[in-house]
Amino acid sequence: MSQADTLISVRDLRLSFGPKVIQQGVSFDLKRGSIFAIMGGSGCGKSTLLKSMIGLLRPTAGQILVGQEDYWAQSGLRRRDINLHFGVLFQSAALWSSMTVGENVALPMEMLTSLPADDIRRLVDLKLGFVGMEQAIDLMPSEISGGMRKRAGLARAIALNPDILFLDEPSAGLDPITSARLDDLILTLRDGLGATIVIVSHELPSLFAIADDGIFLDAITHTPIAHGSPRDLRDHCTIPEVVAFMKREADLPPTDQTKG
Amino acid sequence: MPALLLSHIMTEHASHAALQNAGQTAGQSAGQPFQKPVWALEGEPDAPRLVLAGTWTVQNGGLAPFPPDALAQAHGTLTFDCQGMTDWDSALVAFLWDVKQATGHAGLGFEPEGLPQAAQRLLALLPATAATKAPPPQRPPLLERVGTRTLAVLDETGTVTELALETAREAARSLTGRSGMRTKDLLTDIWNAGPAALLIVGVVNFLVGAILAFVGLVELRRFAAEIYVANLVGIACAREIAAIMTAIVMAGRTGGAYAARISTMLGNEEIDALMVFGIPVSSYILLPSILSLGLMMPLLYIYGTLIAILGGFVVSISMMDISPIGYLTTTFNGVPLHEFVFGLTKSFCFACFIGLAACRVGLKAGRSAADVGIAATRAVVIGIVGIIAMDAIFAILANTLGI
Repeated sequence: MSQADTLISVRDLRLSFGPKVIQQGVSFDLKRGSIFAIMGGSGCGKSTLLKSMIGLLRPTAGQILVGQEDYWAQSGLRRRDINLHFGVLFQSAALWSSMTVGENVALPMEMLTSLPADDIRRLVDLKLGFVGMEQAIDLMPSEISGGMRKRAGLARAIALNPDILFLDEPSAGLDPITSARLDDLILTLRDGLGATIVIVSHELPSLFAIADDGIFLDAITHTPIAHGSPRDLRDHCTIPEVVAFMKREADLPPTDQTKG
Repeated sequence: MPALLLSHIMTEHASHAALQNAGQTAGQSAGQPFQKPVWALEGEPDAPRLVLAGTWTVQNGGLAPFPPDALAQAHGTLTFDCQGMTDWDSALVAFLWDVKQATGHAGLGFEPEGLPQAAQRLLALLPATAATKAPPPQRPPLLERVGTRTLAVLDETGTVTELALETAREAARSLTGRSGMRTKDLLTDIWNAGPAALLIVGVVNFLVGAILAFVGLVELRRFAAEIYVANLVGIACAREIAAIMTAIVMAGRTGGAYAARISTMLGNEEIDALMVFGIPVSSYILLPSILSLGLMMPLLYIYGTLIAILGGFVVSISMMDISPIGYLTTTFNGVPLHEFVFGLTKSFCFACFIGLAACRVGLKAGRSAADVGIAATRAVVIGIVGIIAMDAIFAILANTLGI
C-alpha cells in the first residue's frame, strides 16, 4: 500500500484513565475505501479507541496521523476542521432529543455549511431516503424505535458527506434481519459515497459480512493481539483468545475450502 | 442529428455550448476549475436521453431541482449520458431522484445504465416516490377540548391524591419499621434538604430581615416609633416571610432537583425496573424525598426566622440609637410563641407540597433530555405558585379563626 492510500495511521497508541491502562501499543493503518473493524470482548477498550480517533479522548502516548498531521498535536480549532471529514454514528444513536429526525440531519448542514435552506431540505430528504427513513422526517426521536434511531443516526452521520464514517456498535440491539439490512446499507454507502468506514462491533455475522480489515484488542493484556480481516482471523488465526471469541460467539463451522 | 426536446441551463454563466464541450474544457479554464453542472434532454421523443455534464457537487451548485413537467412530451424509456460529467456527489443523486420520480409520473421507463455505478447503487436505496406530508391534525372543537381538559384535571387530582395517600401509608408503615424505605436514601435526602441548604437559606433570610428593618425604620421614624421595628421584623418573619422565603428557596433548590432526578430515572428505564421488581416507587423514591423535606423545612424555618431577626437587629442597631439588649428584649416580648407554631405548621405543609409536586412532575415527565428540563422548570414554577397560594389560604383561615 502506498502512503496516499492510508487515511489514518495509528502509531503506538496508549490509552489510559489515570493509572488504569485501557490499551497500549496500538498501531494500525486505515486504508482508503476499506471497512475496518475494531474487535474484542466487552470492556477491552474498543469504544475508547474510537473516542481517541474522533477527538473525544486524548491518548496518553502515541500518535494518530490523519493524512500527514498528528491529530492530537493540532490546535482545537484545527482538530475541529479535521473532524468535518468525519461522520460518527454513536452507540445509542445520540439523536438530539428536542429536535425532529429531519432537524437532526439538517443541523450539521445549517451550522457548518453556507448552503441555502432549500438545498438543505433536499439533502435531508435524500439522506433520510438513503436509510429508508423519509417517512419519519417529522417524528421526534422519542417516537421511533431503536432500529429507526440507528438509521436516523446514520443519516445524520453522512449529512456532511464524510470521508471517514465511524460506527460504534451499529447493529447492537437490532434483530438479525434489520442488522443484515444495515450491513447492506453500510456497504452501499461505502461504495456510493466513497467513504472509509471504521466499525466497532462484536456482532460477528455482520463483521464477517462487511469488514475487510481489522484489529483485535485483548482485555487482559491490554494490547492488540491480532490484525487482519475478521474472516481471515476466523479461518486462520490460532491465537486462543481470538479463536475463543470467534467460536463461542459465532459457532460457525470451519470453512473447509479456505482451509484447504 | 438528435432533435432537441428541451435544454435547461442551470446557471446564467453556462450555455448550451458549454454543455457541448464540457468534457474538454472541464478543469482547464483558469480561475474556475469546476465546470458548472448542466443538463439537457436530447434524443427522439420516444427515446429521450438525459445528458449530464460538469461537476455535480453540492458546493458547485448542483442541487437545483428537476422541473417535474420537463418530461411531459416524452415517452418510452429515459436513458442517460454522463460522458461530460467530471465529478459528482449527493447533489447528483438528489437530482436523479427528482428525475426518477418525474419518469414515474410521466409513465416513462427509467434505464440507469449510463449513470456511474455508485450513483446507481445509491439511487436504488431511494424509494420511487418521495414521502407525502401527513396533513396536520385537525383541532378538535371547543367543547371537546374543554371536556378533555376537565377530565385531565380530574384525573390528575386523583393521581396526586393517590400518590399522597400511598406515601402517607408508607410513612405510617415506616413508623412501625415495616417500610421498604432505605435509611441510606433518607439520610442522603435529609442532608440535601437540610444542612446543605443552610447557607443559601441563611443568606436570603438575613437580607430579607435587613431590608424589612430598613424600610420599617424609615417609615416608623416619622412617628418616633423606631423601637417597634423589632416587633415588625419579628412578627413578619416568624409569621410569613421566613416560612415563604425558605419554601421558595427549597422549591427552587430541592424541588427542581427531585423532578430532574426522577425524570432522568424515567428516561433510563430505572422506574420501569423498580416497577417490574415490584419495589413500590412510593417507598423507594417518594417517601424519602417528601419525608426529608417535611422533617427539614420546619427546622430551616426556625433557623431562617432567627437569622432574619439577626438581619433586622444588625441594621437597626447600626442605624438608630438603641441598645442591643433593648432591641432583643422588645423582640422577645413582641413576638408571641403561637406565631412560631403557625409558621412551623405552614412550613411543614409547604414542604409536603413541594416534595409531592416535584415527585409527581418528575414521574409524569417525558423521556428525553428536553423533558428533564421541562420537568425541573415545571416543578419549580408549580412549587412557588403553590406556596404563595397556600399561604393566602392560611392567611384567610387564620383571619377567620382569629389566630
